Amino acid sequence: MLAAMYFSGRGLGASGGVKYAVVSVVGAVAPEHADKSVYYGSYFKDDKKPLKNWLVFEIIGVLVGGFLSGAFSGRLKLTIEHSPKISSKRRLIFAFLGGVFFVYGAQLARGCTSGAALSGMAVLSTAGFVTMVAIFGSAYLFAWFFRKNWI
Amino acid sequence: MGPLFIFSDVPLWVDLLVALLIGIAFGFALEQAGFSSSRKLAGMFYGYDTTVLKVFFTAAIFALVGSLFMQYFGLLDLDLVYVNEYYIGAAVVGGIIMGAGFIMGGFCPGTGICAVGIGKIDAMIFLLGGFVGAFLFAESFPFIADFASGYYKGPVKINDWMGVSSGVFALILIIAAVAMFWLAEKAEKKFPNPNITNQF
Repeated sequence: MLAAMYFSGRGLGASGGVKYAVVSVVGAVAPEHADKSVYYGSYFKDDKKPLKNWLVFEIIGVLVGGFLSGAFSGRLKLTIEHSPKISSKRRLIFAFLGGVFFVYGAQLARGCTSGAALSGMAVLSTAGFVTMVAIFGSAYLFAWFFRKNWI
Repeated sequence: MGPLFIFSDVPLWVDLLVALLIGIAFGFALEQAGFSSSRKLAGMFYGYDTTVLKVFFTAAIFALVGSLFMQYFGLLDLDLVYVNEYYIGAAVVGGIIMGAGFIMGGFCPGTGICAVGIGKIDAMIFLLGGFVGAFLFAESFPFIADFASGYYKGPVKINDWMGVSSGVFALILIIAAVAMFWLAEKAEKKFPNPNITNQF
């Protein structure tokens, strides 16, 4: 992270990369819709290519880095990890819902645990600290309802 | 003096190559720290495994203190490093939605991508949900734009808001983190779950 600040003047991120991927798919599948929308439009201004982006390359790196680490430590395996008390299907349904919620919230807060909380705290941004407290506070609150999924 | 790529006009591909390399290091570190296991991540919310909490705060403090030292020695101009914009409503509500997503999905986007790298199928489904979430946000943006862009405060630094220097704030944060790690250790003893903890 310090390297990212030193070379490129920015912190790390993850949800942003997901957003750029979606934006470019929408741009390719429904160019008219993308043109008309205030939201997508800004990503294609001046013939910009949303995939040629710092965050997109960074998350491809995260994927590769995770793979390399797993390979070195012998943890490469296609599995569904879940508590013995729940079925794989239940795990996957909740994983999907969690993904929807998390990235939706990350777009609203302009960053996820990496971009807003971790990198935000490192540059002392108030937004980073507030988002961090909100994420962890809400996860602790909701933890009781979902305890069966994990313990 | 850094940020190097803001001062010198490097071609885009160099910046992107560095992004890729930093991403590889980030993904490698996440996986080695055990962030590719959703049950280990969820452990911090139930007290049986708080590794993630400790690594997370240690990383943030290391980068914070490191960057302050680099500034002090004239290696880095922190005024040019991006500081997140502060939209109060969006930061709080977005954070609450993310927390709910965290406890349901067991990953955050960064750790999810890292877990896809070692073949976790639940992480792939999580990421698929993430694409849907980003799509839903883009489609619903016109209806929530006022809220999402409202209550804007600019890129406020927390130490300025509290009226202390960045060094003093870093010290307060370190003390708070040490207190939290101590509590976390107590929680691990109180709610042990060796099946999950000993995977790594």
